[in-house]
Amino acid sequence: MIDDALAQAVSLLASTVRLAVPLVLASLAGLFAERSGVVDIGLEGKMLSGAFAAASVAHLSGSPWAGLAAAIAVSIALAMVHAYACITQRGNQVVAGMAINVLAVGLTVVLAYAWFNEGGNTPALPDPARFKAIVLPLARALADVPVLGRVYAGLVSGHNVIVYMTVALIPVVSFAVFRTRFGLRLRAVGENPHAVDTAGISVAALRYRAMVACGTLCGIAGAYLSIAQGAAFQREMTAGRGFLALAALIFGKWMPVPAVLACLLFAFADAVQGRLQGVSLPGIGVVPVQAIQALPYLLTVLLLAGFVGRAVAPKASGIPYNKEK
Amino acid sequence: MEGVPALALAGVDKSFGAVHANRAIDLSVAQGSIHGIVGENGAGKSTLMGIAYGYYRPDAGTIRVDGRVVEISEPQDAIRAGIGMVHQHFMLVETFTVLENILLGAEGGALLARGEAEARAGLARLMAEYALEVDLDARVADLDVGAQQRVEILKALWRGARILILDEPTAVLTPQETDRLFALLAKWRDQGRTVLLITHKLREILAITDRVTVMRRGAVVATLETARTSQAELAELMVGRRVLLKVDKRAAVPGAEILRAEGLRHVDARGIERLRGISFAVHAGEIVGIAGVAGNGQSELIEALAGLKPLAGGRILFKGAPVDPPGSADACRSARARRIAHVPEDRLRMGLVASFAARESAILGYHDDADLGSGPFLDPDATRTRTNRLMEAFDVRPRLPELRSANFSGGNQQKLVLGREIDRDPELLIVGQPTRGVDIGAIEFIHRRLVDLRDAGKAILLVSCELDEILSLADRILVMFDGRIAGELPRAAADERQLGLLMAGVAAAA
Repeated sequence: MIDDALAQAVSLLASTVRLAVPLVLASLAGLFAERSGVVDIGLEGKMLSGAFAAASVAHLSGSPWAGLAAAIAVSIALAMVHAYACITQRGNQVVAGMAINVLAVGLTVVLAYAWFNEGGNTPALPDPARFKAIVLPLARALADVPVLGRVYAGLVSGHNVIVYMTVALIPVVSFAVFRTRFGLRLRAVGENPHAVDTAGISVAALRYRAMVACGTLCGIAGAYLSIAQGAAFQREMTAGRGFLALAALIFGKWMPVPAVLACLLFAFADAVQGRLQGVSLPGIGVVPVQAIQALPYLLTVLLLAGFVGRAVAPKASGIPYNKEK
Repeated sequence: MEGVPALALAGVDKSFGAVHANRAIDLSVAQGSIHGIVGENGAGKSTLMGIAYGYYRPDAGTIRVDGRVVEISEPQDAIRAGIGMVHQHFMLVETFTVLENILLGAEGGALLARGEAEARAGLARLMAEYALEVDLDARVADLDVGAQQRVEILKALWRGARILILDEPTAVLTPQETDRLFALLAKWRDQGRTVLLITHKLREILAITDRVTVMRRGAVVATLETARTSQAELAELMVGRRVLLKVDKRAAVPGAEILRAEGLRHVDARGIERLRGISFAVHAGEIVGIAGVAGNGQSELIEALAGLKPLAGGRILFKGAPVDPPGSADACRSARARRIAHVPEDRLRMGLVASFAARESAILGYHDDADLGSGPFLDPDATRTRTNRLMEAFDVRPRLPELRSANFSGGNQQKLVLGREIDRDPELLIVGQPTRGVDIGAIEFIHRRLVDLRDAGKAILLVSCELDEILSLADRILVMFDGRIAGELPRAAADERQLGLLMAGVAAAA
């Protein structure tokens, strides 16, 4: 009985981790953008384009690493389009971000039709072209050790390489933002770009660099969806995760660790939702699948509406930098 | 003054679109001197200093530092050449600590830890040498403006500045803080370094500078030895004609009580108590001046009195009767109906609409007047007629009712707003910072009109951060500090020193 519950818990948490990875990556991507003063609602589009590029290139080359590189490249390219519109041309950041989302939804499907003719998806990838689960050393041997061994084998071991990369990235990003020169400047430019400019630092160059970091992370998130967690690109497969990540970022008050925790919360809701489908709840009966699927999104709305408290965004976020003002 | 000048500008020219901000400026600043630059708002002082600091790129001209031509195209170049600048609007990241602000751009390596340790030691030395105490670990947002300015100066010193440019540094300081700053600058000069001081306060120029350059309409009109000039001469050079620096006025004859504030309290959106029990009265035929360093609740007070900001406690009586609760839907309208007029502190944010034609800005708040139209419609001719009349009476130039409000100079905008409010023959005029960003000629005019209004038996509440303005207009002076009235003095008993102590929250209520 206890064994059973432990198995359940380990499997629920393991799928929480798997579902959290793209959210965490996109959330950290958004953190770089927004801390630099660029509001990025285009996370979704960059992720989607990255997912498509990863699946396409992995299909053609047979190498998941080539797919990952392609995803990063495409996502950075889109981030640069966004950056050019918002930083150099001082355009409206929300409009530009939305344009990227619309572009990504349309273009991925059109290209998928043109190249693969499989209804807007890419062909299913064979195992060698994907990032497969890695079994950590001793995981099998320890699988029978009560509790710790089970947790090690079921929760710590058995993920693909992007999951481990993401876990490693969290302290790296946190350190970069709070303990390095780049991080200090990044935080400053989102709060008061005039201070950065008069301190002898180029505001535009700094924001471009932040957008490169943002594009990189979105690309990895996209690749995760199509060639690690999934085995092909499917139309609109990001399904609002970019916005969920943005919500997590706000919920986490633009700080890396709290944002990651918020992502884990959303992912947990998602994992629970997967398990609740078709289950008869006491006193309620079988809840319609759609209602259960809406759970993570409902949670987002509730959290943002009521429980976040006062989320203070970087002050210059969303405002194009203009010297004369 | 012999030797190579510390900073020399030659033929510097700069235009922003159609505005010719700097015309062929030549300026030479001697090593080890304090050089003042005076001029009215819009004379091009700040633009010129922005060019010297690399914030703006000049269209033409050369800059020499210590005799060598330097290409200053961004602040980085200026910092490298040893130029430091304390901007009028501080260039600080409010959410950062003092130390983080000082490190920004001078981090001393890719990781912060080492630079931080170095900076702590170095800054401790600088703070001791120049009496610039400030808590390095305090958040800048929690510091008062005087301390924020010390942070800005430390920033420049830490970057190794040998030439320090200060843009209107005393605008936010109490007189005592100003004295401290000037002592620092004098010491700095005596060490052989150089200061450029931009200000519009002539008294300060005379008190501290060695030489002074006067600018007017983008050009240098004169450079003088400070010892051989006077306030009157400088003012005349700035404006291009003779000006009256003193307001001529008779003693006030206060009449009946018009406004009474009792225990006003206001809590802002962040939960901070901005007004902590303000009580005072204003009588007919007197000007009550409220002095204080900006940000001590003056803005909240006048907005509450005008009906804009809700109160958390206390009440406002106008001619003995309570007014509508401020912040309620009809409070402003009913205040106007009672002939309470309000000239807001920030004319571009609250006084007029920058993109409106002058004739539209000139009727804001009075757009329901019967003579301006019928039913829901405005009659453009009627608004034009009224605007023409206001422009005539208040000397608004150019006399173009159709010109966009933004295209008038600050002084003319202010005269338009003032005219709009005084035109209604108010019983009480609440006026905030009436001459901020206004040229001397217009200041003279505005001050005259305020005194005339008083002499006509009206009550005036004047809020100003310019101590000189309070001293020359007010009949009775209240000093605000930290949301309270720190003291009240009749004009005759008030001197700058005592007001300064009250403004700094040092002295108890007099």
